[in-house]
Amino acid sequence: MIKKILNNFQVGVLAVSSFITSIVVLLIIIFLFKEGSGVFSKSLLEDGYVLVVNSRNTVNSIAPKDIKNIFDQKIISWKELGGADSAIQLFSIDDISEYYSEEQIGSDLEYMDTCINNYIVNHPSVLAYFPKKNIAKKFNGKEIKVGTMGLYEFVKGREWLPTARPVVQMGILPLILGTLMVSLGAILLALPFGLVTAIYMAEIAHPVWRRIMKPVIELLAGIPSVVFGFFGLIVIVPMVQKVCHIDVGETALAGSIVLGIMALPTIISIAEDAIRNVPNNMREASLALGATQWQTIRSVVIPYAKSGIWAGIILGVGRAVGETMAVLMVTGNASNMPTTFLQPVRTIPATIAAELGETSAGGLHYSALFALGCVLFLMTMVLNVYVQVALKKKSK
Amino acid sequence: MADTKRIKQSIYFWIFRAMSMMVVFILVAILYFIVSRGIGVINWDFLTKSPEEGMVKGGIFPAIVGTLVLIAGSLIFAFPVGVFSAIYLNEYMKKGKVKSFLQLMTNNLAGVPSVVFGLFGMALFVNKLKFGDSIIAGSLTLGLLVLPVIIRTTEEALKAVDDNYRLASYAMGASKLYTIKKVILPIALPDIITGLILSIGRVSGETAPILFTVAAYFLPKLPHSIFDQVMALPYHLYVLATSGTNIEKARPVAFGTALVLVMIVLFTNIIANVVRAYYNKKYKK
Repeated sequence: MIKKILNNFQVGVLAVSSFITSIVVLLIIIFLFKEGSGVFSKSLLEDGYVLVVNSRNTVNSIAPKDIKNIFDQKIISWKELGGADSAIQLFSIDDISEYYSEEQIGSDLEYMDTCINNYIVNHPSVLAYFPKKNIAKKFNGKEIKVGTMGLYEFVKGREWLPTARPVVQMGILPLILGTLMVSLGAILLALPFGLVTAIYMAEIAHPVWRRIMKPVIELLAGIPSVVFGFFGLIVIVPMVQKVCHIDVGETALAGSIVLGIMALPTIISIAEDAIRNVPNNMREASLALGATQWQTIRSVVIPYAKSGIWAGIILGVGRAVGETMAVLMVTGNASNMPTTFLQPVRTIPATIAAELGETSAGGLHYSALFALGCVLFLMTMVLNVYVQVALKKKSK
Repeated sequence: MADTKRIKQSIYFWIFRAMSMMVVFILVAILYFIVSRGIGVINWDFLTKSPEEGMVKGGIFPAIVGTLVLIAGSLIFAFPVGVFSAIYLNEYMKKGKVKSFLQLMTNNLAGVPSVVFGLFGMALFVNKLKFGDSIIAGSLTLGLLVLPVIIRTTEEALKAVDDNYRLASYAMGASKLYTIKKVILPIALPDIITGLILSIGRVSGETAPILFTVAAYFLPKLPHSIFDQVMALPYHLYVLATSGTNIEKARPVAFGTALVLVMIVLFTNIIANVVRAYYNKKYKK
């Protein structure tokens, strides 16, 4: 009786354990999306600041992108925002001394609020930007509503300036492209070498060679990414700089090379295991039919081991897309739109790792980085699920 | 006809040989680079002293201790859970929707980038559960990260056990649990341990998950409880390589740190191979 209960208890523990990964994935989704969704509901205006216009101005709200264009002098008339046909007059609290004397503002800035208010009242086409705490008690201006960011702007935005003033720019397109570019380059470099080495080790190499290669590759699969990053920083980056005759070696190409080297052991070990798991009688049957070893490898062994080889490739791709530290150390991290491989780029994981430390929990920037995490998570998830579904169809 | 077949084969084989040698050369070159530049830095003081003079002198003792603590902390949690999970998936669950869903989820977790684990660990353990930046938050984050690795390798190991062993054991009247404990696990053990070794390597080198959950830039003191922060080797290397006060002067220490990380991976691999060889002798013959 006691034995049976104990038995059931043990099996119960096993059963519960088997659900943990699913629970963790679920929790990751919940936390990532909960924190990340904040980016679409929080104001993009710098915390504690307001945008104010004259009370007779007909414009009530301005899109975040337009605000940036106004401060960049790309939009200069209220007409472009649906208001009156008059030039926008920018006013920032830093400029206050140009309009009012020190006496008017007061030695302790005690009349600052009134001065700002007066200025707004006297200038019908003003757009004023100042701290919320400087709103006067008898305030006659009108606060402009700054729209929140939409999903479309987030994904399609071409500028990532999360600490810009007065409004932040959080377009992640350059980051997505940077990530794809670096990973694609890495896989293109690693794939031919990885597969060939796996096949060579499993089928062609003398057992002695294999016994030497296997531990070396296993060992390198375990080398931390930060060590690869360090190696890349000291060797690959200067090399790229020299060979390509560019001023800065920290480029997408350097990232791709380092990531490609990192993906090699993953691809090789897994593909090699898959090939070695092909039953020997398959090979023997093929050889007995008069096929050469090469024909056997190509037409019997590789097709049989296909699913395992795929697993290796996908793990390699996943490692490349999500790789953080090595990329952070060698790609230069410029958040502009990438056009060539000889340019510094910034990937999604590198952005998260570099910026999360500077943010305050719950703020807009914090939320944006979690939203980036969501994007990264979805990218790898889609990759994963697609491959697994494809594998299942094949095996049927 | 037969000749062209042979010639074709030898051409292909030579290409394969050349590319493989290139791969091995690159990988060995990286190892040689780290070892040759780091070996001169490592001595007893380097391993047992705290960093000094803005981290350009002294040793890396606190970082070594921190990394060992994180390895232990994460595997205490992840190893049993992972092995249990794999046993249930492979030995108890029948083929079907639930099983393929659970396997899909495990594979998905394995594909989650390490920096996302960092975000998750920060949101759940550091902020939500209010552990703060601490050993426990970092260990749990790292533990979740290696969980799929352990599950997968254990599952593979169990799958590789010939079904005849199971049938023979049942035929002798042994229960399922008894069969697993006494027959299947011992046979699968070498491969399970290989998985464990892989995870030690992974845990010791991961940086992104600990950036926001436990790692400290500089701590002269060793941790006293699981709610303390620690320094860790990979983060230390990152700091030395990119953001120290004097990057050029910190280079030797950085090479030493990189070599220590590589040594951890090297030693765990050697131990793993010894264990594997020993068990293979004992059970497979």
